[in-house]
Amino acid sequence: MKSIINYFKEIFWGLKSLVKGMAVTGHYITHPKEIITQQYPENKATLKMFERFRGEVVLLHDENNEHKCTGCTACEVACPNGSIEIIPKRVEVDGRKVKAIDQFVYHLQMCTMCGLCIPACPTDAIVMANTFEHAVFDRSKLTKILNKPGSKIMDGIK
Amino acid sequence: MNWLYDFSILTQSIHESLSRNFVPGTVVLIEMILAGVAFMILFALLGLVLVYAERKVSAFFQQRLGPMRVGKWGTAQTLADVIKLLMKEPLMNKNADKFLFNLAPYIIMISAFMAMAALPFAKGLQALDFDVGLLYISAVSSLGVIGILLAGWSSDNKYSLIGALRSGAQIISYELSVGLSLLTIVVLTGSLQLSVIVESQADGWWIFRGHIPAVIAFIIFLIASTAETNRGPFDLAEAESELTAGFHTEYSGMKFAFFFLAEFANMFIVSALGATVFLGGWMPFHIGGWEAFNNIMDYIPPIVWFFGKVSFMIFMMMWFRWTFPRLRIDQLLTLEWKYLLPVNLMNILVMAFLVLMGWHF
Repeated sequence: MKSIINYFKEIFWGLKSLVKGMAVTGHYITHPKEIITQQYPENKATLKMFERFRGEVVLLHDENNEHKCTGCTACEVACPNGSIEIIPKRVEVDGRKVKAIDQFVYHLQMCTMCGLCIPACPTDAIVMANTFEHAVFDRSKLTKILNKPGSKIMDGIK
Repeated sequence: MNWLYDFSILTQSIHESLSRNFVPGTVVLIEMILAGVAFMILFALLGLVLVYAERKVSAFFQQRLGPMRVGKWGTAQTLADVIKLLMKEPLMNKNADKFLFNLAPYIIMISAFMAMAALPFAKGLQALDFDVGLLYISAVSSLGVIGILLAGWSSDNKYSLIGALRSGAQIISYELSVGLSLLTIVVLTGSLQLSVIVESQADGWWIFRGHIPAVIAFIIFLIASTAETNRGPFDLAEAESELTAGFHTEYSGMKFAFFFLAEFANMFIVSALGATVFLGGWMPFHIGGWEAFNNIMDYIPPIVWFFGKVSFMIFMMMWFRWTFPRLRIDQLLTLEWKYLLPVNLMNILVMAFLVLMGWHF
């Protein structure tokens, strides 16, 4: 007797779970506003990239053309595939020679957008920008120098 | 516009004008050719519309947009696909059985054509009205499995063979459930003739008049017919994640398109059969005794009712396909032999008892 009751119970629970699954997809088809596909080239003007999207590494500059990079190479060490190369130089500040960056070289073609360099930076000088469309016709354009010409380090950053 | 409500006016006038100009033998020949051409056009249109509908519906079930580029809302996408398939090279395995390999797609197409011939599309619009129409359709629609088995056998590919044998096991099992669930309604109608089945629903469709047994039979029919067309959660014969494409792995170009078309045509056939038997076919929604209401419903042409019901059934099958995960082969057979078949047999007994006592409407 018990097995017969269990048999019908199984059918009932099975049907119930099937209806539950169909309710989920039924919700999707009745709510076309929730569609997540983007019509990419057409919606270029209104397209807003997500905050957490990782497009490329940028070195932040303020309006005085100053950045926060000390040239400590922590990001270069943290990078798993050698996309970042820091070329340092010695500059004279208050009569003593201090290490600073000459060129912050970033190889976009090698970058996997893992973002490990961002938390490695002790001065929060670099961030991940949410830019896209990085395709170019000349490979050398992918090697970028992130510090702008004539820029220098911000006061008080060591 | 009278012919829209009763197609026999149209067919009669064609027959009379032909009889005036030709001898009887030629008239029959011309009429057969006309019907054949009409079915071929229907077949092609069904392929175009259903492939587009499937892609769009599946996209919306998964929060996607589906084809959007070719034509407005991607409406010309299937046409573009047809052109692509026509231009593709028909490839064949070196060790394939050439005769059977080429024969298989035609067997599947022919079985779909044969089944479609007996469907009542609207009042007076039925090519063949057998007195065993239901039996005929369920017989010829299961002939398609021979095509699938041949395709799997002749491809010289282990995946194709596994897919074909799975399909064979599946159709042999589920054919039983389809037949028995249809028989549940035949108990009510007392006839296997499709036109009689439709006429018997003039006071209300069997799914409403047959109490709970009819609803159970309808659910079983939906499940079993989905399995019979190798679709949805029962697409073990194709199983693209494990068997690449199952029985049509080795096919390309138009031969592949035939399998693809036959799948959609079979979906249409089982949907039309279900709509005819359970939902009244082309019969408008009538409630026995409500004359005014019935007259309002009669304003909608029968062909619209038929295709509306068929699209409802097709939509349900698409809903199943894009919701449920695929069953394993043992689960598939367990579902049929341990659940659907016993429930079906009990159901048919209950229905027979109801009819015997005259408790149905």
